[in-house]
Amino acid sequence: MTLHRLRSAAFPASAIRALGDRQLQSNLSRLKGNFLERRAWAMASLPEFDALRDEAVAIKDHVLEHLDTYLEAFESAVAAGGGEVHWARDDAEARRIVLGICRDAGASTVTKGKTMVSEEIGLNEWLESAGIEAVETDLGEYIVQLAGEAPSHIIAPAIHKNRRQVSELFNRHHADLEDRDADDLDGLLADARTVLRGRFLAADVGITGANFLIAETGQTVIVTNEGNGDLTQLLPRVHVVLAGIEKVVPTLEDVSTMLRLLARSATGQEMSSYTTFSAGPRRDGDADGPEAFHVVLVDNGRSALLGGATREILRCIRCGCCLNACPVYGKVGGHAYGSAYPGPVGAVLTPSLAGLAETAHLPNASSLCGRCEEVCPMRIPIPRMLRHLREQEAQSGRAPAAVRNGLGLWSAVAARPRLYRRLTSLAAGVLALLGRRRGRFSSLPLARSWTGTRDLASPQGRSFQSRWHAGERP
Amino acid sequence: MSVADGAKRPRVGLLVTCLVDLFRPSVAFAAVKLLEDTGCDVEVPLQSCCGQPAYNSGERAKARTVARTMLDALEGYDHVVAPSGSCAGMVIRHYPQLFEGTQDEQRARTLASRTWELTRFLVEVRGVASTGARFEATVAWHDSCSCLREAGTREAPRTLLRAVPGVTLTEARDREVCCGFGGTFAVKYPELSAAMACDKADRLEETGAGLVLAADLGCLLNIGGILRRRGSSVKVRHVAEVLAGDTQTPAIGEGRP
Repeated sequence: MTLHRLRSAAFPASAIRALGDRQLQSNLSRLKGNFLERRAWAMASLPEFDALRDEAVAIKDHVLEHLDTYLEAFESAVAAGGGEVHWARDDAEARRIVLGICRDAGASTVTKGKTMVSEEIGLNEWLESAGIEAVETDLGEYIVQLAGEAPSHIIAPAIHKNRRQVSELFNRHHADLEDRDADDLDGLLADARTVLRGRFLAADVGITGANFLIAETGQTVIVTNEGNGDLTQLLPRVHVVLAGIEKVVPTLEDVSTMLRLLARSATGQEMSSYTTFSAGPRRDGDADGPEAFHVVLVDNGRSALLGGATREILRCIRCGCCLNACPVYGKVGGHAYGSAYPGPVGAVLTPSLAGLAETAHLPNASSLCGRCEEVCPMRIPIPRMLRHLREQEAQSGRAPAAVRNGLGLWSAVAARPRLYRRLTSLAAGVLALLGRRRGRFSSLPLARSWTGTRDLASPQGRSFQSRWHAGERP
Repeated sequence: MSVADGAKRPRVGLLVTCLVDLFRPSVAFAAVKLLEDTGCDVEVPLQSCCGQPAYNSGERAKARTVARTMLDALEGYDHVVAPSGSCAGMVIRHYPQLFEGTQDEQRARTLASRTWELTRFLVEVRGVASTGARFEATVAWHDSCSCLREAGTREAPRTLLRAVPGVTLTEARDREVCCGFGGTFAVKYPELSAAMACDKADRLEETGAGLVLAADLGCLLNIGGILRRRGSSVKVRHVAEVLAGDTQTPAIGEGRP
């Protein structure tokens, strides 16, 4: 299995580029606080929030223990409603299945509601290469598609762009429409609506993701704030739902528990503007709906995580809350991660799905501050899993030699406290002597990775332990 | 200073922390003074490091080897106290996991249950309301991630600082956001770490405080490193020094006058 356009190996360079991109830094700084403040407000007005989290975790853990059972139940329920479930072992199989459905439908245009799995498997490029036009209909996704980029945030795909950049894109791509000023938000929105309306009506197939799959009823659920999900699935002849196998929950009741957490954690809303339940193709007497309903269940490495040390990542409901809370994401943005899944959840999910060979920077590029776990509605122990992935890396001998040797030397000394006391006192003494006048170093040969960006305080003198050992007292 | 007379004096083992041991002994001396003032018998057993650098680098076996020396050194005390949320958090939250399934698991659990971050220990275990220090300054408190999320220290240092006559405590924005230290993270991704530290330094500078205090030397070296590099007038110290009345020692990164 593979993840589409995986560029995580370039993280250090991408991160440095992002840090130097003043426009991006300014755009990212607007993200800070915004979502999280609203989330805090939403939490405060729902006293049972923590109890709901516990309930949701229990639901999801139960499902993950009996995933086969619930997926089969879901499949039966979908079939009973006249729909069809397809099983995709990996990305290639998922692409083939979707393309097959599109070809059978004689599709030339496909509209898409927000689906992360589609980014994961690289569906758009695949469809385009087969001569089928794929149009993203979520405003943010539409913007990044015009820019030829990938989403940079799970729920705010174009958060890395400001309105000036968006207006430039629109003016370039909306050749039939009048140019808009960057301040004309209503006008920009109206233009996107005009263009997308045409695509909605022209589409032969609509592809959406799913926030939840309900085993009991065979329904799929999608939440949006723009209503694009509805138009994507109601207007075309064929509706395809693309979802990871971990999205299934047992009952409609369970979904209501999850929904109470999802929007609050994501945007601080009580509910997203649109919550759409899809229950199969149009029945006799239905006013609207597609003629055919397909659900493509994608594994692509997920089932291998069951029972493993990172299994809790499958609880994720993609609220994006951990991205908002993450100080690293806040500085480098989503693209630096080089994966469809950025931020803390991505730093666990990407290596878990794709292996560590190209992704080892992701679990390492974290201060392990723990804020992601603190805000996660599904209480996913992300820092613990980042540490576990580091451990896997260390065991595979893939960790950089300098780090391994340094740690090896350090631990050999630290495991002998008497030797440690002698050596550290000596080192502290020497450094203190060198840094005596200024009290700090602006550059120090062996500490360039520190002093390249900030001063290093010099030690006060001999180490505490040697002074204490010599009888000094406060 | 607030403990009932006649109560048995608890034996406290000081977990010095390797950063304090190496960079800033004044913090450990201040911690000893604070603990003795509240009626503890303080001992400093021979020790090295809690093992966190190896643990966070995925080197469990190395971390265990180092941490086992801590289990040996810190065994048998009524309490173990560290002038650091990070090292205390390592023992409290991670030692039980690190030694899970080994013959040392119970020892690790016992040590974890007796280990405290200094300011929280003073307030919650020893009932200290004021340390008796005086100091004229407007200070900004920096919450370390480990204090907030591992060692359970949030209010204790604020309580103690508010009780210092002359101290005005200010609160910065984005208090719950990491300063970018993260141990080896700071040297593995220095530009990223420094960018996070710059944001933190901005938030602290904009409070108008002349002094930044925290309970973790790692954060302080990081934030102080940025402030000194940019020529800021804001000074940086460990909270224990102020609480123990030691404000003559040059601040972090400052030379002797």
